[in-house]
This record gives sequence, C-alpha cells and structure tokens, in this order.
Amino acid sequence: MNLTVNGKKRSFGGAPFKRLIDVLREDFRLTGTKEGCGEGECGACTVLLDGEPVNSCLIPVAQAEGRRVETIESLASSQKLGVLQEAFLKRGGAQCGICTPGMVMTAEYWRRTGGSSEPGAVRNVLAGNLCRCTGYQHIVDSVIEALQRKGKGKREKFE
Amino acid sequence: MSKQGLPRRGPAVGSSARRTEGPEKLSGRALYLDDHDIPGCLFGVTVRSEIPRGRIKNIVFDPAFPWSECVVATARDVPTNVVALIEDDQPLLADGVVRHALEPIALIAHESRARAYEALRFVRVEYEELPPVLTIEDSLARREILYGSDNVFKRYVIRRGDVDKGLRESHVVVEGEYRVPHQEQAYIENNAMAAWWKDGALTVTGSLQCPYYVHKAMKRLFGLADGQVRVIQTTTGGGFGGKEEYPNMIGGHAAVLARKAGRPVKIVYDRAEDMAATTKRHPAVVRHKTGLSRDGRLLAQDIQVVMDGGAYVTLSPVVLSRGAIHAAGPYECPNVRVDASVLATNTPPNGAFRGFGAPQTLFAAELHWEKIAQKTGWDPLELRRKNAFREGSVTATGQVLKESVGARDVLERAVKKSGYVKKRSAYERWNRDPKKPCWKGIGLALVQHGGGFTGSGEVHLASRAAVSIDREGLVRVLAASTEIGQGTNTMFSQIAADALGVPREWVEVETPDTAKVPDSGPTVASRTCMVVGGLLRRAALDLRAALAAAAGGSCPKTRGGLQRAAARLCAGNKEKRFEARYEPPPGVRWDDTTYSGDAYAVYSYAAVAADLEVDKTSFEVRVKKITTAQDIGRAINPLLAEGQVTGGVAQAVGWALYENVVMKNGRMANPQLTNYIIPTALDTPPMDVTLVEKPFSGGPFGAKGVGELPIDVPAPAIAAAIKQATGVLIPELPLLPETIHRHL
Repeated sequence: MNLTVNGKKRSFGGAPFKRLIDVLREDFRLTGTKEGCGEGECGACTVLLDGEPVNSCLIPVAQAEGRRVETIESLASSQKLGVLQEAFLKRGGAQCGICTPGMVMTAEYWRRTGGSSEPGAVRNVLAGNLCRCTGYQHIVDSVIEALQRKGKGKREKFE
Repeated sequence: MSKQGLPRRGPAVGSSARRTEGPEKLSGRALYLDDHDIPGCLFGVTVRSEIPRGRIKNIVFDPAFPWSECVVATARDVPTNVVALIEDDQPLLADGVVRHALEPIALIAHESRARAYEALRFVRVEYEELPPVLTIEDSLARREILYGSDNVFKRYVIRRGDVDKGLRESHVVVEGEYRVPHQEQAYIENNAMAAWWKDGALTVTGSLQCPYYVHKAMKRLFGLADGQVRVIQTTTGGGFGGKEEYPNMIGGHAAVLARKAGRPVKIVYDRAEDMAATTKRHPAVVRHKTGLSRDGRLLAQDIQVVMDGGAYVTLSPVVLSRGAIHAAGPYECPNVRVDASVLATNTPPNGAFRGFGAPQTLFAAELHWEKIAQKTGWDPLELRRKNAFREGSVTATGQVLKESVGARDVLERAVKKSGYVKKRSAYERWNRDPKKPCWKGIGLALVQHGGGFTGSGEVHLASRAAVSIDREGLVRVLAASTEIGQGTNTMFSQIAADALGVPREWVEVETPDTAKVPDSGPTVASRTCMVVGGLLRRAALDLRAALAAAAGGSCPKTRGGLQRAAARLCAGNKEKRFEARYEPPPGVRWDDTTYSGDAYAVYSYAAVAADLEVDKTSFEVRVKKITTAQDIGRAINPLLAEGQVTGGVAQAVGWALYENVVMKNGRMANPQLTNYIIPTALDTPPMDVTLVEKPFSGGPFGAKGVGELPIDVPAPAIAAAIKQATGVLIPELPLLPETIHRHL
C-alpha cells in the first residue's frame, strides 16, 4: 500500500493491520514518534493524518493508505527548529522529552487550524497528551508563545 | 565573593539558559532505548508469578510452541542470583519460591517482539500456594512470618526531650491517624534496558537514573571486575525514582539472556507490565499525638509511622529513614518521638518515588494542623506561624538550623500571593449558602525537604565528579548524574561555565557512561545540583587555576587564549582532568546509633495554598489554582527550577485526587493509563510559583535541592481545602468523589 509520510511517497508491503506507529518506527525508521501506553491514552504517539491529530498506536496502517502522515521529523530541519519547537525551547515546554513529539504534533494541528491562544482552549486541545514532568504550565506557555509569535509572547495569566 | 561569602552569580548561573539537549528532544532525534537499532538484537520478555506467595513446583514449557526459536533462562542461568542493593534477599529470578505476584520466574528472548510475547502464553507455572500477607494490618498481625522474626524490615526511633512529660504538661492533646496509598511513578517512557557481551565483558544500556547502581549489581550477578562492566545511559523518558533501583533488575534480565543467547538482548516493558510489576510509592499509616501549650506552641509530638515495604527489602530502609526524619514537619518542638517501621508483605516491592517517604509523613504532619484547629478552634495559619522553623531552631534529630531557613518566608509569600486570609473568610460565607452549586475551600501546607543522602550517607558515597579540557580547549563535565528531564545537562554546564569564567557554549556534558565518568553517586535525593554540582564547581575552579598558571597569569577569556593554555596544560596528553571528591561540610555530625545529629547538610522549604471547589452533587474536586513559594537556595536556572516545581505539584495533585492503585490479591488491578488516572492539562490547575532564594553556603553558588520538595506539599493543602469546603477532615488519599461521599 502507498502513503505519504512527511511529504515523501512511501510504500509498505507488510500486514495491513500492523499499527501505524510500528510501521513508522520499524519499517520507516522514524523513531521520533513514541509509544507510552499502546492504548490511545497518553498521546505520545500522536501524528497528523491528513492534518488531524491521531494516536498512531490505534491506527492500522491500512487506514493510512493513500493519506498524508506527518510526524515530528517533518517539523525541523537538522539546522533549524520550527516555530513551536523554538517556543518549547524558550519556555521550558520539554523536560524528559518523551511526550514532546506527540505534544508538539497536537499543538502543530492547533496552530495550523488557527486555534485560540486562550489558556483554557490550549489546555483543552492538549488534554489528550499526557506529560508527567512539567505539570503542563510550561507547555501551555510554549504553545501560547508560538501562537502569538507575531505579537509579544505573554504567559498564562491568573485571575 | 559577595557579602554573604558566596561566589557571585556569573552570566550563566541564574539565567534561564535553554535546555542543552532540547533541540534533539524537540525534533525527535533524541534516542531513547527502544529507538536504538542494535544489530542482531533479540527481544526479551518475562514469565511472572500469578500468585502472591507459594512454592514453584514446576515450570512447564508447552511443546506446542517451537522453543528452538527462543532462548530461555531461569534461576539456574544466573551465576549469583541476587539483585544487589541494601540486603541480599531479592533474587533476579525466583528460585523455588515466589514472594509476590508478578515476581520474575523465567525469561524468554526471540528475534521477533510479537513472537516473544506469544511464547509467554505457552509457559505454565505450577505452584503450591501459601497464605499471603497483603496489607500492613496482615503483616502486623504476624500470623505469617515473611521476614526475620516479626516481619519488620527496618525500624528507626528518633527521640528528642521527654515526650511523655511534654504530653502531661500540655494544655491540649490532639490525636489523629492518616493513611496514604501507593502511587505509580508513571513516567511516559516505560522501563527499558539492553545488554550484550563481548570477550567476557558486559555492556548494559538503557533508561536509568543510577549508572553505578547498575554497575555494582552486574558485577555481583556475574562475578565481574570493575573494568568488565560498562553501563551507559540512553536518553531517559522520566524517572521520578522509578528508574532508581529497578534497572538493576531489568538490566540483569537482559544480561542473563544475552549471555545465554550470545547476542544482544533488549527488554522494553509495555505499560501494563511496567505498572503492575515495578516499584511504587510506599503506602503508609501515620499516627500523631500532639501536645500544645495554652498559647498554641508545640510541646510534644508522638508519631508512629508504618510503611508497607512489599516482598523484599530493596530501598525500604532508606525510604523509611527519610520519612521518619521529616515526620515532625518544619516545626520546633522540644519533645519528639518518632517510631517508624517498614514491614514485609507479599506485594511487589515498593521503592523510590520522588519525595522518598517524606510525602507520606508530611501529609500526616500538615493535615494534623487541621485536626488541631478543629479541636481547639485555633487558626491553622497562626499555629504554623507560632511553630515554624527559623534560623537557630533545633529539629527532631537535634540539628541546629544555622542558615538558609526559608520556612517562614515561603509561608508568608504563599499566604499573601494566594489571598489566603481573605478567601478563607469569603469561602466560609459562601459555604453557608445552601443554594450554591459547590463548596469552596482554600488550604495551606508547609514542608521541609533535606537535600542529599541522609546522615552519613554522603560520606559513605564519597562521590566524585570531574571537569576535563582537551588540547583544543574543549571543556567537558564528567559526572554519573543522569539527565532524566530535570535539567542536569543544562545546570551542570552553567555551574562549570561560571566557575571557569567561560561562556556556557564552551562546556559539554559527557553522557553518563561508566567507562568515561567517575562515580558521582545516584541521581536521587535532590542531590544532583547541590552535591554533585558543588563537586563540579570545585573541579572547575581547579581547572581554572591550572589554566591561569599555564597562561602565565589569569584564566584566558578568549577562545584562542583558552586553546593555547589548554595545549600547554595537556602537555602532549589528549586531555587533562580535574576531579573533586565529596568532603562533608565542617562541623557536621551524625550518629547512626541514636539517629540524631545533622540529618542533612541543609533543608529546602515550600508552602502551598490550594484553592478549590467541590461539586455538591458529584463530589468532584476542581482545583482552581495552586499558589506556591519554594525556598530552594539560589536557582541555578530559574526556568528549569520552576519546571521542577510545576511538575512536582502536578504529580502531587494526582496523588491527592486521582491516582488510585487498586490492589486485588496482591496485584495491581488497574495497570493502565485508562484506569489509573494521572492528571491531564485540564486536571492540572494554573500555578503561581515564587522561588524564594535563601542562599546556602555549602551549595554551588548558594543552591539547595529542588527535585523532591514540590511533591511533598500540595496533598495536605488540598485535603485542608476540602476540609474547609465540606466541613469534614478526610485523613486519607486519594480524595476521589467516592472517598468524599463515604466521609460526608
């Protein structure tokens, strides 16, 4: 079967029910996508499928046939990070880093679709991605920073 | 030197420098164990006990599976079947007897991960079951003896003054009992290790906190010399203590399989196996009997602590020790007795988890103020103000607190920034209105956390760390302290750069690899910055002096100058290395026999005000905001330090409100992220964090420990806020809606 991964046409000849995460990691050697739970709870394996965030541990590769898959590897060249990644670096949004690829892909979807930079809305869109290190605050700050890149980055405010 | 006698902060220390390995993590290039492509590697899986206690009669490998495809190992394949830690009671693979559910019995390796898991279904273990001991109460009843003569792994008694006299002379005596449950570390990267052998030497690599713990364990298992074992950390996706001792086990399993297979073997747990089989926070029961004077001063604290250690000793004695030393809270009391024990049960061994016994005992100590307030009508804030540590206070172990005592500062900052006093009375009025859909509450807690190993622990560790320079002038930090998300790499480079007086970009931090770095001790106990960072500063100062001498005056400031001085210093060698070894600060004394003296070089302090609502229909708790102030000494990197605080607070919010380890017949019944609920971005409240920087003269640039402190403090503040909201003091966790319902 054929699919587009990070802008490149790829073909896969193995079992059609193989999980997308395993095809990405084992067959295409794109190990940026992480497995945290294998049951769609933690979101570490989030990739974009035709622009929508999905848990790649729950998707049989057959479901990606003829579709566009984007992983964390698509967001940065080896020299330059993307806008979200820069913001995560500046605001401390990545700690151990294992949830980071999934977190960034969900945030990338939100950024591209013109999502709101209001803290509650950002927390809502990130609610499917578990992080055990940060307490989320610096992740929320990072996403807001990226969304407001043109204006001045403001941090989550309290009442 | 500044006026406090502390080295001035340079351009790097005190700045929120960006995470050194951040770009690799953010671009997906960082390689965690399972991301490594190890040629010829087999995948290992573990046959585990299905019962909590019994004798193994037979291990049956069903001939329906083609076993020739696999490598199988049992206890007979382990040269010295001991997981070396404190005691030698835990086998790497059960040999004839199982003492807890999910205890490893046999190992299987296969080229295909899927086939390895399939093979597990063709193994049947036949047991003769024995009556299990599953709870603290069962263990105390001593109907079955699992360890020694009384099931007690370890007991400590701390004494100050005369508690019985103090209680007799008290105006009021208040008693309370508090219970805290297991907690799962729930790092998002599960435990994962790989091993291979070459010419009789073993290499073990993976997700771990303590390279030299694994090094020691491997030497013992296989009877190897220092140079025959190499341990290398891979990028590690969270630890929280869960990768402190367990990598000895899983690393040993991979090494046994690799030895038998003659090929590399990796073992990567799935979530269910990781949650059910590996260590958790110790459940505990803590009793307080507290005497106070007429004006609200503490006169006596009589405290009993009992922890559930699980089936083997592992790290329980040290967890208990920290729990006991922190049990009286950050308050001065002339008469204290802490009687603390940790017991054997037939459950998976409990182990290291951020806070390491302190969150358990501090939950009790802090919530007990609400009990005292309830009984006496005194205000819990005023009681804390009367009794909190100040400079010169004496702790339960008899330690005089000489400097950097921020207890009162953090309390006042949290009270002020949260609007605690105003909200406390406003919520009282709100709660009187029966038409409101929710109750509101705001609660306080104040805690201390000792930095570094307890008592003489740091002296016994005798940690070493080094800084090297090569002929081209590249400066390298050489330490066994691991980066597990907390910022070791970044913080070490900041300390070394400022000590040397060079830009941070000129300093590299070596990967923890026992072939390259000295033994800096484990990455635990809030010691990495304060203790190992201190060693690095000393090593860097030695390098600086040597560079200055080589340059014929002062330390070179330009890259070219540094390179020329480095070339001269190396004098034809590849590199020149400066190493520092731990020396106890002058005047520190500790007596292991009486458990008294200077328990820690210094304490950090934190206060939290938790502001929340409880739904009157569903009893669901929604934390609206956490306001916290934390005295961590000088913050080497404020952004990273704040990240430690927000992360620790979130983990504590989970422990307080959501995380419920359900044990059935000695095994976790909900080992999934679907039904063991850790907080999401929506469950975690916004946090207002203030770093209070009371410098400590014994830490690098005035730094103290920060890793564990934040997880000690939110749970009792949340329970206190729920007490205000509902009117009921609930002395247990987690505070699920059904827990609240049961108590109302």
